[in-house]
Amino acid sequence: MPEALIYELSSPGRFAVALPESDVPNTPPPDGLEREDLPLPEISELDLVRHFVRLSQYNHSIDTGFYPLGSCTMKYNPKINEVAARMPGFAFAHPLQDEEISQGNLAIMYELQEWLMEIGGFAGISLQPAAGAHGELTGLLIIGNYHRDRGDFARTKMLIPDSAHGTNPASTTMAGLELIELPSDERGNIDLEKLHAVCDDSLAGLMLTNPNTLGLFEEHVQEVAQLVHDCGGLMYGDGANMNPLLGIVRPGELGFDVLHFNLHKTFSTPHGGGGPGSGPVGVAQHLVDFLPAPIVDIVEPGDEEIPTFGLVTPQKSIGRMKTFHGHFGMHVRAYTYMRMQGKSGIRAIADHAVLNANYLRVRLRDAYKIPYDRVCMHEFVMEGKWPDTPDIHALDISKRIMDFGFHPPTNYFPLIVNEALMIEPTETESKETLDAFVEAMLIIAEEARSSPETLRSAPHTTPFGRMDEVKAARELILCCRPAYIPKA
Amino acid sequence: MAYIPHTEKDRQEMLDVIGVQRIEDLYEAIPQDVRFPDLDLPPALSEMEILEELQAYAEANVETRHFNYFLGAGAYNHFIPSVVDHMLLRSEFYTAYTPYQPEISQGTLQVIFEYQSLIANLTGMDVSNASHYDGSTALAEAVILALHQHRFKREKVILSPGIHPQFRHVVRTYLQGLNLEIVGDENLDNGQENLQSMIDDDTTLVAVQYPDFLGRIYDFSSFGEAVHTAGALFCVVVNPLALGYLKPPSEFGADVVVGEGQPLGIPLSFGGPYLGIFATLDRYVRKMAGRLAGETEDSRGQRGYVLTLTPREQHIRRQRATSNICTNQGLIALASTVYMSAMGKHGLRQVAELCYQKAHYAAAEIDSLKGYRLWNSDPFFNEFVISCSHPVAEINDYLLDREIVGGFDLGRAYENLKDHMLLAVTELNSKDQIDALVSALKEFDHA
Repeated sequence: MPEALIYELSSPGRFAVALPESDVPNTPPPDGLEREDLPLPEISELDLVRHFVRLSQYNHSIDTGFYPLGSCTMKYNPKINEVAARMPGFAFAHPLQDEEISQGNLAIMYELQEWLMEIGGFAGISLQPAAGAHGELTGLLIIGNYHRDRGDFARTKMLIPDSAHGTNPASTTMAGLELIELPSDERGNIDLEKLHAVCDDSLAGLMLTNPNTLGLFEEHVQEVAQLVHDCGGLMYGDGANMNPLLGIVRPGELGFDVLHFNLHKTFSTPHGGGGPGSGPVGVAQHLVDFLPAPIVDIVEPGDEEIPTFGLVTPQKSIGRMKTFHGHFGMHVRAYTYMRMQGKSGIRAIADHAVLNANYLRVRLRDAYKIPYDRVCMHEFVMEGKWPDTPDIHALDISKRIMDFGFHPPTNYFPLIVNEALMIEPTETESKETLDAFVEAMLIIAEEARSSPETLRSAPHTTPFGRMDEVKAARELILCCRPAYIPKA
Repeated sequence: MAYIPHTEKDRQEMLDVIGVQRIEDLYEAIPQDVRFPDLDLPPALSEMEILEELQAYAEANVETRHFNYFLGAGAYNHFIPSVVDHMLLRSEFYTAYTPYQPEISQGTLQVIFEYQSLIANLTGMDVSNASHYDGSTALAEAVILALHQHRFKREKVILSPGIHPQFRHVVRTYLQGLNLEIVGDENLDNGQENLQSMIDDDTTLVAVQYPDFLGRIYDFSSFGEAVHTAGALFCVVVNPLALGYLKPPSEFGADVVVGEGQPLGIPLSFGGPYLGIFATLDRYVRKMAGRLAGETEDSRGQRGYVLTLTPREQHIRRQRATSNICTNQGLIALASTVYMSAMGKHGLRQVAELCYQKAHYAAAEIDSLKGYRLWNSDPFFNEFVISCSHPVAEINDYLLDREIVGGFDLGRAYENLKDHMLLAVTELNSKDQIDALVSALKEFDHA
């Protein structure tokens, strides 16, 4: 049953929030600038609560079911994170208040910087980027500025493997760089010969997700980094897949010069139905001066006592990437999470993410084709297609899995796998959950042969059926006007 | 090992199925010389212990619950009804991913559609996207929209000096790779007339702020016309809460409206996460960045919503996308949707009017003090500039001792506004609080 729109629940005269009367003498309205009508809804608080609670119930979420969405790291979002971020000292501090009355916040940011640098093997970091793609743009601008600062103006090319997330090429364009796509070899690694052929003094750098989007660790990553560095380029790491590397290997030691973290993937801050994320960017020593301002640093090293923290601007900073200090609320959550993991817990995250993914891979490999079938890291990619069932597509499998109470895997990505189904279980799922998922996937593989229509018309048990996307794009209804304003 | 459910027995059974002896065996692809670094990290804390530590950090800050704040400058201390956070804490919302599977994401999708509707109606524009990171990045994206609209043939961007200094800074950082001419804000005195004289046929976008960074409000109707006459796009940066009381920018002929959505029910949270508002006209919708929810129907004939016009976006169009944006501010957009619905038609106006009234009372009281003078007589919304006879930092230190957080030191942003303070007043500042500020300022001048 569809839920009414908020405007459809509106009735003149209702209200949810009462406000006090003005306690100051009256000032006349600004001449000619007063608004005539404010077309917002009028609704009671109970109706409003029911509306949003009902809507929430139409969502699949981590808290309601398994979410094996590849490349998204849908791990459990600890409840203490929400408590932490809402502590008044964090939630009600103004970003421009003096540093001396913000020492607690600056200390948390400083500690988070230290943790991320230690885990990533970097010499500097900025917490400012708001999300992964924002971190990419930041990192690419850093790379561009580094080359120009050395008087090296001809380096405009970014190499990106064909398995990359779409944000990589889009960020490259925004940074004013030129994209060269690199093919993958038959083991899912970068093709070294092809790389050789394009490495020259027009190279700004190479952007690499490692493990890549097939869930495979790049087997020649050190050679790749060597080649790129030898011809004067820099290595950018897309840290979307950082989860299986925690305590296992430090990207900085693999040769990455820049890397963005996704706190909303690796460090358990919630995805929020599409954000807010947080995409801190870590850099090697030679890039520290180019980080976006401001960075938190110790400005007075208190003797034995707590030091004094302050905001500093790196010498050759690329500039500011957003207002204020980044998504501080997410910094508090990520810091809380790391602190509760500690040294051994950080490593255990990777271990169990990799264990879970390989367990699923082995259990599903007979029923589904896995084109690059070797030990994977935190995720793997199967084909949602069989030669004997030409009418069944990855999309049908995805829709059918909803009937079992699971969120579908990522489908049709990466582009280099035909009808891709990308599965990332994360470390927070139990063996029982994984077994139930395998069982459902095996039933679906069987149904694909015995009753293909069950798949093609799926989902059957969800509150909504398949949506007509063509109609949405053709009619483009993007906004609801209150009833008293006629639609244009 | 917090949040990991595996027992020793589970691990063994799983390793047996995989066919390896130990978890370590799964890492053979990783170069041995750098495998398993010895990280210098402290041991784990329990929930009890970390809560205590966090409490100590939190209490090391001054915050709006205990001090009286008159600091704004782009982030404001407003009342947030209890219902807002309760809806945010529905974990079906906050633990969901981007709604790429509409059958099981109708909650998030309908919220985005309602958010788009509320923002379009508040700004008077045709259409809003699902959000940007914050107001500053939304402004940068507005410039990119204009560049696309003019097929990169126009290379001049005019920014009013009244736009938030950090917004202008972000635009320059974002666009540094594109060799654009960004002008207009070199001089604080560049009002509408000066800016208008800079517009030429190379100008792609002209942006102003309303209310501007210094709180001032102007009618931009004829200015908007001049921008259009030159074939450029007109962008208005707004404080969305002010639009509860003030004429919407659509009446000035805005092509794009962007703004910082924080005043709409978002906690200050030391600067983020906030909400980048972006609204425009139907004719630019295909050049707009970001996600969009559109109405449609499901296979059972029910009304439903999907992400639409996705071919503009990075996951389809890759290097030819309108922007690289992927993750945006979904949950914060939900907060503002609940806030705008809860305040509603009359409540939002009342809040905005209270801000206006209280700010004008405070301005008049301070202007009457010796040693302080209202900087100019232009109309303003809830922020105003005071010329002081002492450095702002000294005044603020004095105020802080009296549990008052004073205004923004404008000398930090504008060379010729040394010893000028930008004060913000909201519905949360009672008359008593304002009177206490006025007395403290008076005492300081006598001290």
